[in-house]
Amino acid sequence: MQADQAWDWEPGARTVLEDATACAAPHEWTEEPEASPDGERLAAVANLGDGRFTVCVNAEPWETDFEKAWYLRFSPDGRLTAVTMEDGMWTVSVDGESWEESFDFAWGTTFSADGGVIAACIQSEGTYGMIVDGTPWETLHENANNFRLAADGLHTAAAVQVKSLGQADIATFQQGIFSVAVDGEPWDAIFVNCFDPAIEQKTGRAAATIRRSLYDYSVAVDGKAWDAAYDCAWGPVFHPGNGQVLAPVRKKGLWGMAGDAGFVWNPAFIQCHHPQFSADGATLAAIVAPSFGKFTVAVNAAPWSATFPVVTDLRVSPDGRTVAAQASNDNAAFRVLVNGSVWPGVYDMAYGPVICPATGQVAVRVEKDGRQAFVLGGKAHPETFDRAFNPIFSPDGAKVLLRGISGKAYKRIVAPVSAFTG
Amino acid sequence: MLELYALAVGPLAWLAFGVFVIGSLARLFSMYSLAKKKDAAFLSYMTWRYSLRSIFHWLIPFGSLGWRENPALTVVTYVFHICLFLVPIFLMSHIVMWDTSFGFTYAALPDGLADGLTVAVMVACLFFAWRRLSLPEVRFVTSTHDWLVLVLVFSTFSTGFLAYHQIGDSLTLTTLHILCGEAMLIAIPFTRLSHMLFGFFSRGYIGSEFGGVRRAKDW
Amino acid sequence: MTTTIADRRIEDAGLEAGIARLTPEKIQKTIQAVLAGEGGARLKTYVETCVRCGMCAQACHYYMSHKDPSYAPVAKVRQTMWEILKHKGLVSPEFIHQCAQIAYTECNLCRRCMHYCPLGIDTAYIMSFVRRICHKLGVTPQYIQDTAHSHSATMNQMWVKDDEWIDTLKWQEDEARDEMPSLRIPLEVEGADFMYSVIAPEPKFRTQLIYQAAFIFNQAGVNWTMPATPGWDNSNMAMFTGDMEIMGRIEMAHFATAQRLRVKRIVMGECGHAFRAIYDVANRWLGWGMHPVPVVHSIEFFWELLNSGKIQMAKKYPGPVTIHDPCNVIRGRGLMDKLREVVHAICDGVVEMTPNREHNYCCCAGGGVINCGPPFKNVRIVGNSIKAEQLKATGVKTCIAPCHNCHGGLDDIIHKYGLGMELKFLGDIIYECMEKKGAS
Ligand code: HEM
Ligand code: HEM
Ligand code: SF4
Ligand code: SF4
Repeated sequence: MQADQAWDWEPGARTVLEDATACAAPHEWTEEPEASPDGERLAAVANLGDGRFTVCVNAEPWETDFEKAWYLRFSPDGRLTAVTMEDGMWTVSVDGESWEESFDFAWGTTFSADGGVIAACIQSEGTYGMIVDGTPWETLHENANNFRLAADGLHTAAAVQVKSLGQADIATFQQGIFSVAVDGEPWDAIFVNCFDPAIEQKTGRAAATIRRSLYDYSVAVDGKAWDAAYDCAWGPVFHPGNGQVLAPVRKKGLWGMAGDAGFVWNPAFIQCHHPQFSADGATLAAIVAPSFGKFTVAVNAAPWSATFPVVTDLRVSPDGRTVAAQASNDNAAFRVLVNGSVWPGVYDMAYGPVICPATGQVAVRVEKDGRQAFVLGGKAHPETFDRAFNPIFSPDGAKVLLRGISGKAYKRIVAPVSAFTG
Repeated sequence: MLELYALAVGPLAWLAFGVFVIGSLARLFSMYSLAKKKDAAFLSYMTWRYSLRSIFHWLIPFGSLGWRENPALTVVTYVFHICLFLVPIFLMSHIVMWDTSFGFTYAALPDGLADGLTVAVMVACLFFAWRRLSLPEVRFVTSTHDWLVLVLVFSTFSTGFLAYHQIGDSLTLTTLHILCGEAMLIAIPFTRLSHMLFGFFSRGYIGSEFGGVRRAKDW
Repeated sequence: MTTTIADRRIEDAGLEAGIARLTPEKIQKTIQAVLAGEGGARLKTYVETCVRCGMCAQACHYYMSHKDPSYAPVAKVRQTMWEILKHKGLVSPEFIHQCAQIAYTECNLCRRCMHYCPLGIDTAYIMSFVRRICHKLGVTPQYIQDTAHSHSATMNQMWVKDDEWIDTLKWQEDEARDEMPSLRIPLEVEGADFMYSVIAPEPKFRTQLIYQAAFIFNQAGVNWTMPATPGWDNSNMAMFTGDMEIMGRIEMAHFATAQRLRVKRIVMGECGHAFRAIYDVANRWLGWGMHPVPVVHSIEFFWELLNSGKIQMAKKYPGPVTIHDPCNVIRGRGLMDKLREVVHAICDGVVEMTPNREHNYCCCAGGGVINCGPPFKNVRIVGNSIKAEQLKATGVKTCIAPCHNCHGGLDDIIHKYGLGMELKFLGDIIYECMEKKGAS
């Protein structure tokens, strides 16, 4: 989430909406609210009765209402999207305006990093693909999944089924029926499976984990598969500098990181997933398990010494100097990990660390005893909420925007870094 | 024959005990290393508490479903295994040998009782043999190896019995007995008889999985 | 009567095509690689330690039904793993067919034999290992292999496409609103108390179960959600074909979905094998000691709802009923007491089967056996006459089985043996007899 200098960064708290469940139109109920990135609007789907739905923004309903409306999401640039249905046909509505075309089904709205591009998945007469800013793929496929929109919004990709399959036809499946489609157009190459496509920014090159047979995992880049075969592999990532593709792969029961030319991280881990590069590509981090049941983060192949039963939500700052993640045990006792050290706080839930791109500071929304709060650098802000939204740093990193609902009121707080004293 | 006897009670006895002890330790150690290398994940679920809990229930006659559903075998196998340890360890003739070699003694079973227990073991062996021949589910899985270990046990006890009762040539039988006993000891780490070594671990492991992870009993 | 697996060869497109591609040399190469890579101390100890006493025979419903020694647990090992090890993997394609037929269709991995073997030998593990070998050799029954393919391609068992899943939930929500106008199936709600997950046959064939669950949760006023992305299916047939890599991928998707939604727990529908996959199989393959997100089976969740008073029964279901203990949540998770408490709370009169609880006989559908499809259907029905006798002996007309596979398996034997019984999920009865204050 990139903050905008133009937002109101005046320190202090402001109640944006007295009643977070309010809706000016007569209604039966409102659903889970979403807050806009700048904190100025709170939106929720409202049931108007008689099977009609609309979206309320700061209690004001959209002009249109729908047979169905759900999956309310703000794009990073502040536009509000919902997946909506009318007369049995689905589409995406942006700030109350539905895209022109509607489909037998539409779902899974996603955004480019800056929010400038909005994409979704569509099904039309049993064929599948994506739609980008209202324009569907020219070619739709018998099936598609693993949908992706590039971070720069220029390209989309998905794993697509390019050959038909009869009932229980295991032979045809094993000959390969899947490929990866970029902007709808499939690669020439066909594989047994294609998983987790990744798209390189600008170039639109795509890479995916593939299965060439039931046993042979590898990675294909623009349809060309690596020679090497592995026992298993997770989704690939592009090196942002040189375009090299890397993926966690498993060999002889152990995981490492491999590229086209072989291992770049030796297979020494019981598990290795979610690799992530810094913007310059100099730092590569991943969640790893150096031994069974003990997870941590490895940065450039070197694991941190502290291990935990579970580690998730790995984040790498653009400059690579800050690597953060969260740890848990039995989905409780959440801890925040930053550059190998552990914050003292233990929480009932943590919602993923947020790294300030300017300063490398880390803030996290956490939950304890049913209240949500914000912690920065291990220190809590005094305000707590019934339900909050993730923190956003001001462009200079001096302040943090806190958004949350306490009681009925939806509040927006600009907290200077110094306000985190707990 | 005397030379053979001397060989059997001397160097071969050392060898047999040596192979038994060192072989058993080596097998346990190598199995543990293998487990650490290739089953580390599963090893990590083993706990003393649940291992012992399971072993405890299985050490009680009729303490588990398996024992209850196989009553005859249960009675026989308990008698068999108890005597298997009791007789050789507390047999007067054996203790005498410890005494002559190393100069220490301990309480012995009365000879008559030991004799009776020996017969019990032999009868148990015959029962096992009968099962292997007559019960289809046992016959189906029986191989030479199973007969071999049964014969080893039976021969050791029967030759000991014969030697004790001075039936046949005493020296020959005693020598034969000792050789059989030694063969059996040597066989323990390297044949099916290794269940004596590994049985506690396989039971303990499954007991740990059932107790610690699956929260159910396994008996 | 004593037969061997060779006397009961069954044709299956998957198995035939699989062995047609093999030669003894290819087989040996693959087997040796699997043994070297994955055969560790457990396999070695089990094979060596087994004293061939045959005590385990009576554990197995296949043996108890056929009274043919070749169905005894140890006999299955004899006809598969021992031979493989004896010949160092140099065996014929036809032999691999036999291995597959035994491991996939004559063992439910029900773990009952561990209650009979004094040495604690895990025959189910050995059979899973044989399945792993068969998978690596490409010799798997057609229908279950198809489900593994589906898992790999869609992350669910029944080729349910991404939109079909959401569409089904929306449809069930609509249907249920006729009965309870305020009802919601909350999708993708971050921070809900639990994520409800089901197996793919629910959206495909048994949508009523989703309806009922939604109704019960809404009535109870709990804070729940369901995912609108792949990762919703908790079933895992790849675990049963021996495709551990896909097994892991499925559970990775499942847990990642729960973690993304920041729920405290996963509550799963009335399915047994799915619980096994999540609870102590696939999570281990992924390197997690325990499940990273707690998984609560419906039995336990209903128990909580009833005990906390969140749902109340308007009436008790007219009994008497009997209880079938599904292996994967009883021997697999020790829920026998909670299951009984729930049944006693919602039904009038319970007649227990003997044996029951941890000692209960399997339904003979589990372990992927029912998923092997029509060619093997008769084997599992005839192979469970012991269960039919057990059911019949209760003299009751209703059997509660909180597991999908058990329903499939029991349904077949109820018909075959003319037992005239009705099968129920806990959810069926709770939905039918609960107080429905929210209903219009
Ligand atoms: C180094 C090994 C062994 C030696 C030197 C040895 C020696 C002897 C001797 C000298 C006798 C007495 C025979 C007699 O009275 O003439 C005897 C009896 C016996 N031994 Fe051993 N023995 C050995 C191993 C074993 C083992 C391993 C077992 C069983 C596990 C065993 C079981 C018996 C039995 C059952 C008797 C007969 C007892 C009776 O009927 O009262 N022996 N042994
Ligand atoms: C503490 C150690 C031991 C334990 C816990 C143990 C346990 C068992 C068990 C549970 C069985 C299966 C039940 C049966 O078939 O009777 C068995 C069988 C057997 N054991 Fe042991 N055992 C031990 C030591 C020994 C030793 C030292 C020997 C011989 C040297 C031995 C010889 C046998 C034989 C021959 C059988 C197979 C009987 C048959 O043919 O069915 N056991 N043991
Ligand atoms: S079906 Fe059950 S009892 Fe029979 S061998 Fe398999 S796991 Fe054991
Ligand atoms: S009960 Fe155990 S030791 Fe006996 S035959 Fe069966 S698996 Fe082997």
